Amino acid sequence: MKTDSEAAVLPKAGHHSADPHTADRPIAVRHTADPRGVLTGIHFMDGDHACCEGALAAGCRCAAGYPITPSTEVVERFASRVPMVGGTFIQMEDELAASITLQGMVWAGAKAFTVTSGPGFSLMMEHIGYAAMTETPCVFVDVQRGGPSTGLPTLPAQADMMQARWGSHGDYEVIALCPNSPQECFDLTIKAFNLAEEYRVPVMFMMDEVVGHMSEKVVIPPADQIEVVPRKHTHKSVEDYLPYATNGDQVPEMAHAGEGYNFHVTGLTHDERGYPNMTLAVQDKLVRRLQSKILNAVDRITMTEEEQIEGADVVVVSYGITSRVAQRAIEAARERGLHVGKLRLITAWPFPEKKFRDLAAKVKAFVVPELNLGQMVREVERAAGGQAKTFAVSHAGGGVHNPEEILKVIVEASRCQTI
Amino acid sequence: MSDDLVTDILNPVEPFLRSDRVPHIWCPGCGIGTTVNSFARALIDSNIDLGSLALVSGIGCTGRVAGYVKLDSFHTTHGRAIPFATGLKLANPKLNVVVYSGDGDLSAIGGNHLIHAARRNIDLKVICVNNLIYAMTGGQTAPTTPDHSTTSTNPYGVFEASFNLPQLVEAAGAVYVARWTTFHVRQLSRAISEAFQKKGFSFIEVISPCPTLYQRRNKMGDGLDAMKYYKEKSRVRHGAPTSEVGMTMTGEIIVGKFVDRERPDYQTMMKAQFHESLGERFVEQTEMVCS
Ligand SMILES: Cc1ncc(C[n+]2csc(CCOP(=O)(O)OP(=O)(O)O)c2C)c(N)n1
Ligand code: SF4
Ligand SMILES: [Mg+2]
Repeated sequence: MKTDSEAAVLPKAGHHSADPHTADRPIAVRHTADPRGVLTGIHFMDGDHACCEGALAAGCRCAAGYPITPSTEVVERFASRVPMVGGTFIQMEDELAASITLQGMVWAGAKAFTVTSGPGFSLMMEHIGYAAMTETPCVFVDVQRGGPSTGLPTLPAQADMMQARWGSHGDYEVIALCPNSPQECFDLTIKAFNLAEEYRVPVMFMMDEVVGHMSEKVVIPPADQIEVVPRKHTHKSVEDYLPYATNGDQVPEMAHAGEGYNFHVTGLTHDERGYPNMTLAVQDKLVRRLQSKILNAVDRITMTEEEQIEGADVVVVSYGITSRVAQRAIEAARERGLHVGKLRLITAWPFPEKKFRDLAAKVKAFVVPELNLGQMVREVERAAGGQAKTFAVSHAGGGVHNPEEILKVIVEASRCQTI
Repeated sequence: MSDDLVTDILNPVEPFLRSDRVPHIWCPGCGIGTTVNSFARALIDSNIDLGSLALVSGIGCTGRVAGYVKLDSFHTTHGRAIPFATGLKLANPKLNVVVYSGDGDLSAIGGNHLIHAARRNIDLKVICVNNLIYAMTGGQTAPTTPDHSTTSTNPYGVFEASFNLPQLVEAAGAVYVARWTTFHVRQLSRAISEAFQKKGFSFIEVISPCPTLYQRRNKMGDGLDAMKYYKEKSRVRHGAPTSEVGMTMTGEIIVGKFVDRERPDYQTMMKAQFHESLGERFVEQTEMVCS
């Protein structure tokens, strides 16, 4: 398996556990995990539990949740583990509460997350917007199940992908990651916390029911091999500190409640002091920065897994559990002599638009299987800009694709004329 | 020095305010500013460490308080001040956390959080400015709007029953419950100081005029008329059963300290439980590791 350059710099133990960005750059201090939270060893566990262990390894010591299948195991494990690690879990009265309680935890100095599934994710949208606007680093885990509404509580889907990106009102950007195995639920949860801290952005951790409930080998490396990104805490004095001033990299420095900074945080449009300011100029500057701090870093944020892209006629684009089903179809197609590449989205948002635009100039078609009626495929099609054809392999959720269905579309796509 | 003159007449509560944010948005005669004054006086009187104090507001005219106090202050979303404050307190138990918000914010959209925070007995001091209306959005009916009054969404008069907030929070488990009006500035200030001495969920309701919307629409005059009404119709009844303190449009306003009781707060209970169940394995939460 060949991974792209960014995935390749990930370290030996636990292939996504360190931060490729910080690994790239000369850094004075290497921050590694607090060993108290790291359950080093070789385990057999499901994705939900692995996600919890990833959070603990990342330094997360606080969580607020509300039970919902198929995500509850994450917080159940957290609730049993965290009193022995020095932290707190609280079960709130609903997801409206959980999604803002965790932000209170963050502003008091903690790393925090919440965990839910579709119906709860819908209730959390308000506070994904609040986190984006106030630049509160935090992680929202969504173990996707069939929808809409109560849908299929115990069965998988990948139909919240657009909601993760667009669910709250207004213009904003998030980061979304899609693990496809319990191992990645561990590794990428750490990554999710690291990205949240680096960019001060809410990170959506988009699992699905199958990945959440499947049990596989999970290797948890020693703490000193797990890189964690600490809070971007200000070193400025109380007098000099401006809560929303940036320092070139577009990400402001944080202070925490109780440190004497007397700072103000609001979901209203605000200036560098954090004070409400409803002028067009301030709105324009703020909202554009919230967007560009992520979009300017797409290349650094993007993680993909790629295989035989060079010389491929058709590239199968998938993510989460569907990538593992698609693998079978891809191999079957290759056995038939077709030139099929694989591109797995590990980061779904920000969407690696340029990567797809460049690729579209070289291949005939993209085939995009996903457990929804066509979500990420829209992005692929948009990025391809008519240079390559795009084929959706939709599925209403409740199970996974039959590889045959994907294979059929790959064969069809291979036959299509280059546009 | 001529500067001394300025310092001499400095309002003692001014150091607690963000002077770079005045003028504020509140209307003339509005009671919210009066409550902030009492709050600031309580801070002086209770000698509380300001560095450990965080103030959380929801959305509304009252919600803007967070923007005017020189404290770590959070203007959150509509109704969610209490769960945000809960997060602050859980992650850093050393913080003194005050929730300062409106009646609609706390008891309508945030009503579920209000009762559950009281039930858990989270150590929060809640100051609820009850102007009997949704003011910021233009005077719509709130859960607290008294029978027969007129609002923009009940133009023919309110006919649904209103909440008696002290009774609600007492039933839910609050350890300290008091009500004053903006006429009772000293009593209010004392109540806030008292709440700072309590560990647990404390709720102080302040009946406060909204001359622009509530008073005007109901032909109840201006801010001054409200003061007259509060003065004449308020009756202090400490320890009154909260079932008897419901508000009406023009009747008596029962004020006083209604509830002052002891009950271990959430974090005390949590620690005790972990000590008992986990013994040596319990690791107390210390400084958070991420900074
Ligand atoms: C989710 C949401 N719904 C509605 C609103 C509109 N809104 C803003 S303030 C408010 C009512 C505030 O009433 P109250 O809490 O009593 O505060 P007051 O303005 O009276 O001080 C409403 C409905 C909002 N900001 N957010
Ligand atoms: S509308 Fe009413 S509550 Fe709001 S500032 Fe004016 S008087 Fe005060
Ligand atoms: Mg009100």
